[in-house]
Amino acid sequence: MLEIKNLHVNVEDQEILKGLNLKVNKGEVHSIMGPNGSGKSTLAQVLAGRDSYKITEGEIIFEGKDLLKLSPEDRACEGIFMAFQYPVEIPGVANTYLLREALNSIRKYHGEEPLKHIEFAKFAKEKMKVMDMEDNLLKRAVNEGFSGGEKKRNEIFQMQILEPKLAILDETDSGLDIDALKIVADGVNALGSPERAFVIITHYQRILDYIVPDFVHVLVDGKIVKSGGKELALELEKKGYGWIEEEKTAANS
Amino acid sequence: MSITLSEKDNGYKEGFAGFEKTAPGSNLAWLKSMRQEAITKFLELGFPTQQNEDWRFTNVAPIARSSFDILVNGHDKVSASHLTPYQFEGEDVCELVFINSRYSKELSTLSKLPEGVIVKNLAEAIDSQEDILKENLAKYAEFKDEAFTALNTAFMEDGGFIYIPKGTIVEKPIHLLFISTKGENPSITNPRNLIIVEDNCQANIIEHYVSLEDNVYLSNVVTEMVVGENSSVGHYLIELESKKAFNISTLRIQQARSSNIRSHSVLLGGSLVRNNIHPVLAGEGCNSLINGLYMSTHRQHMDNYMKVEHVSPHCDSRQLYNGVLDGRSRGVFHGRIIVHEDAQKTDAKQTNRNLLLSDHAQVDTKPQLEIYADDVKCTHGATIGQIDENALFYLRSRGISKEASRDIILNAFTNETLKSMTLDSVKNYCTDLIADWFKQRELAQKN
Ligand SMILES: Nc1ncnc2c1ncn2[C@@H]1O[C@H](COP(=O)(O)OP(=O)(O)O)[C@@H](O)[C@H]1O
Ligand SMILES: [Mg+2]
Repeated sequence: MLEIKNLHVNVEDQEILKGLNLKVNKGEVHSIMGPNGSGKSTLAQVLAGRDSYKITEGEIIFEGKDLLKLSPEDRACEGIFMAFQYPVEIPGVANTYLLREALNSIRKYHGEEPLKHIEFAKFAKEKMKVMDMEDNLLKRAVNEGFSGGEKKRNEIFQMQILEPKLAILDETDSGLDIDALKIVADGVNALGSPERAFVIITHYQRILDYIVPDFVHVLVDGKIVKSGGKELALELEKKGYGWIEEEKTAANS
Repeated sequence: MSITLSEKDNGYKEGFAGFEKTAPGSNLAWLKSMRQEAITKFLELGFPTQQNEDWRFTNVAPIARSSFDILVNGHDKVSASHLTPYQFEGEDVCELVFINSRYSKELSTLSKLPEGVIVKNLAEAIDSQEDILKENLAKYAEFKDEAFTALNTAFMEDGGFIYIPKGTIVEKPIHLLFISTKGENPSITNPRNLIIVEDNCQANIIEHYVSLEDNVYLSNVVTEMVVGENSSVGHYLIELESKKAFNISTLRIQQARSSNIRSHSVLLGGSLVRNNIHPVLAGEGCNSLINGLYMSTHRQHMDNYMKVEHVSPHCDSRQLYNGVLDGRSRGVFHGRIIVHEDAQKTDAKQTNRNLLLSDHAQVDTKPQLEIYADDVKCTHGATIGQIDENALFYLRSRGISKEASRDIILNAFTNETLKSMTLDSVKNYCTDLIADWFKQRELAQKN
């Protein structure tokens, strides 16, 4: 489904990703862990199409297409969804308006008829139950005045509505209390399907108790330095990132 | 014979001498002396310069340099079909139409209003409602420091006159539509509106300035609106002057106890625009909502000068002005809040937000709080910025096209100032104007 080959990315002339490789197949759940500043969000933003990041080398193939040639909106239409680490507030734009526009824009891309107001309302209502969201969150302006937890939950709610093929969650679990964390995990698991893949970017292994990854990758200084199964996450939790970094320096010397 | 006004060769003085002989109400001593006092003041003050702190950001030299005719005709150029684009769909209004600031009986629609309500043109009211005029006219819009108000007072001829007696609810909006036509030379009009709303009333009034042609003229407007106790009034100012016109407009509102006003300004036209809004919250427990939207492009200059005066205790005022600036246009928001000594428990809030769509557009925003009471809450905030790239990316990442995302953000910004409008027909009208503005912009960019 997704193949990232030798990806090099610069921000303001500084190299952040330094030859990253990653392959994600349908039905898989990947977790990317790494210390602050290692480039996790950079990877997520690059996948979503943020143009302030400069790709200097490498390629990204998504469902056989050259992803880097697509605009952010076309990537979304092709089935990529990125849950922002810091969701953006958009004053004056109702949450429900954004979602209906987005969904209908994606439907249009696939040659489908737009959903009518009532159809959309019904669909949204079902999804809100999963996310245990208050009705008024739909009417409120996108993320405006939302608490940290509400913002994160709203991201997953959007994912539920848009039903992407590949979802990249950028630290959606950070800053959540355990109840909110469970709701977020339920929201992700509810979408789980053999046709879909997830990349769960996280700083803590805690969420992986609820969303079981098939693979865990450790991102340090712009490169994946270690990959393994779920047990790698537990090991990281116990020993910290320092252990990997030491191992890496040892290997280099 | 037409009268020409200019700063050259004593033009204003001589023009006035000719004007005052035939002006409406020239037979009334009180009016005559008011006009004379006003012209004297105007000649003494002259047009303001940028040395004057209130005009720091706005240079009216293009007005001072011009010479203007007082147009006496133009009525033959306007027919009912010209009005349609400026009417509000689905709204049954009472409509006074003015052509070059002179009343057109043929084009006006004076539909039935509740008993005792008087809606007519000022020139006629000078004869028939002399007492009310004598008591109120120029009693609120002071001209001792205001050259443009002095000029208007000296040369006023016509405009809207609205009188709403105690306890009357006027459901129908009252629409004052001012249409400019082209004369041989640049022209001047001095529309003068007087709106008297007594206690316990409700009304909505729309002032609307439009042009049929792309000519140079000066609309120098003064509106006095006196709002009685417990009354609730919505006032709308829609400014769509020609791209070459000057529009100087002063709205002076006097609020009695527990009254509630909502002032909405939408400025789109004109080359040089000055929008003065001056409510005085004179009685206890008043509420003022003062909202506006200015959208400028090319070399338009739009100056909003707010003077919100809290005189009595327990009054709330809320100002929200949003500006969208494109091309080489320039915007000004000068927001004064004056809290007088007795106005304890004042709650005043002011917000001015600006969105710059071009690198060459510019805006000056200046809050000015003058607080003489000690137990008050006054806040102000201003922002100037481009379209939020983060918001744009966020929307696009959800599958919405770049153009649509842009539109969503822009519409949210402009709607912010419209959403408090209670007249849906006017709100829709303004929404269409804004959509049109963006469409024009898009077309211009394609070419
Ligand atoms: N927009 C940006 N401008 C400047 N530096 C950035 C920007 N985005 C990321 N960086 C830098 O890139 C590095 C990686 O950041 P990021 O991808 O956010 O890491 P992570 O998500 O793993 O904490 C950091 O050193 C950060 O300072
Ligand atoms: Mg991050």
